[in-house]
Amino acid sequence: MNLRRALLFGGLAFALLLPLLAGALGLDYAVGIATRILILALAGIGLNLILGYGGMISFGHAAFFGLGGYVVAILSRHEMRGEPFMTWPFEVAGTDQAILAWPAAMLACALAALVIGAISLRTSGLYFIMITLAFAQMLFFFFVSLETYGGDDGLSLLSRSAAGPLDLHDPAQFYYLVLVLVLIALLATARWANARFGLALQGIRDNERRMRALGFATTRTKLTAFVISGAIVGLAGALMVNHTEFVSPAFLSWQRSGEILVIVVLGGMGTVFGPLAGAVVFFMLEEVLSQWTQHWMVIFGPLLVLAVLFAKQGLWGLVAAKLDRRG
Amino acid sequence: MAESLLKVTGLTKAYGALVACDGVDLDIAPGEVHAVIGPNGAGKTTLIGQLAGELRPDSGRVSFAGRDITHLPIHVRSARGLARSFQITSVFPRFSALDNVALAVQAHAGGNFRFWADARKDSTLRDPAFACLERVGLAARAKVPARVLAHGEQRQLELAMALATDPRLVLLDEPTAGMGREDSARMVTLLTGLKGKIAMLLVEHDMDAVFALADRISVMVGGRVIATGRPDEVRANTEVRRAYLGEDEIA
Repeated sequence: MNLRRALLFGGLAFALLLPLLAGALGLDYAVGIATRILILALAGIGLNLILGYGGMISFGHAAFFGLGGYVVAILSRHEMRGEPFMTWPFEVAGTDQAILAWPAAMLACALAALVIGAISLRTSGLYFIMITLAFAQMLFFFFVSLETYGGDDGLSLLSRSAAGPLDLHDPAQFYYLVLVLVLIALLATARWANARFGLALQGIRDNERRMRALGFATTRTKLTAFVISGAIVGLAGALMVNHTEFVSPAFLSWQRSGEILVIVVLGGMGTVFGPLAGAVVFFMLEEVLSQWTQHWMVIFGPLLVLAVLFAKQGLWGLVAAKLDRRG
Repeated sequence: MAESLLKVTGLTKAYGALVACDGVDLDIAPGEVHAVIGPNGAGKTTLIGQLAGELRPDSGRVSFAGRDITHLPIHVRSARGLARSFQITSVFPRFSALDNVALAVQAHAGGNFRFWADARKDSTLRDPAFACLERVGLAARAKVPARVLAHGEQRQLELAMALATDPRLVLLDEPTAGMGREDSARMVTLLTGLKGKIAMLLVEHDMDAVFALADRISVMVGGRVIATGRPDEVRANTEVRRAYLGEDEIA
């Protein structure tokens, strides 16, 4: 347990010092890479809630990632042009304020997840995978055909969101804000995994029939988890569009859904730190392997297979087991 | 007889041409232990499934505590005090024995949308759960993961979970299935201890257990209840002897 704590505090210290270290070593671009990794980790944390703790394999979570991104970009564009976003039945102005746009992104994703979840959760297993994929593809083609907002070409974010005293154009400040959000998400995961909600969700994952017989309204619990999950991934999307200052239908592609899945599976489903570990390792491998060959997936694929075969709770599960054994 | 707790009238369920339940009538009084026996394929499990709410009957009516529950979903029936235990052990393997029962307590305590407080430190869940484990004699194994428990212990845990929902009627689907003589005897003792407090509908192949526990017995053959009565009456019933007990001896 102490070793585990040491590793966590070490990791936290490294994360806090990273912008300083990068500055000292003249590796300023590292801050941007770390920000990207953290944003993908946040998406993974969102998916892990339903995949790892709820046993629901969604192959369409990029829908929320993209939707969250588009909400921020669209609201910002209306703000720039001074046109309201909508006028009927009530007027909604555009905004470039993070405090408004990001929750709006989460809310939009929560609503989308409510609709998609309410329909998808009538199925399970392979059908659930397929129907979530189908919804994501529908949204993908919706944004492809949405010419007002760039269609296929996507939409540029002219300026990162305004966040009070913070200047998100400063890489270090943006990095720290993302880091804080990821830490909050990790803490929340650790809490709800052991709260009544989390235990009910894990019970459903392990034996839904039994949970119903015990008296749980299982569909409601699963739908709640699905909505929260969608909102978190939507926040990740809102952060990513700030990071890249651009959003396109590629945000919603099924490859992106797969990427988030891989991050969670590789890192460790149903573990608090799994998605973070998965995002770090996934990105590192992509960096290293893609310098070697353009077809880096050829090497990554088998590695993933090995990880799944030999580490049921992913890389983090492997590490945690080692640390616990040493005490 | 006192007003019945569970009243089943004309319950029918067919799978294509096979009529698994054919106009079944059944009455269970509060506190009564009512056994349903019959050869394999007689429709006993289909009956339990319909009573628990997992299967939708084609026709007929189920009322519980004076209210029609025929079309209620399973978790609402459970909330009204109709619990079931499973023929195939159906515990949560990764959770400890105490976690398993605490989850059953939580099912009716509510608060499933609490996201923050540690439910494993919540005495309103843990204390009643521990009491249920004590009731079935598993208190010493509270912290053991359910998958590590012996088969007989898992069946005891299964019972503890059913009890934790504070039921008025428990549907027991072969509580001694796959048990050795010793475990089986312990389970019968346990169930005897509950007699009179909780009504039970017992589907069981072990005739020793049935005759030791049951106040009344219904015999099902080919989806129909061919006789209902006290154990000695059923034993004496010629139709039952011919259709069921006799058949059993030949087999």
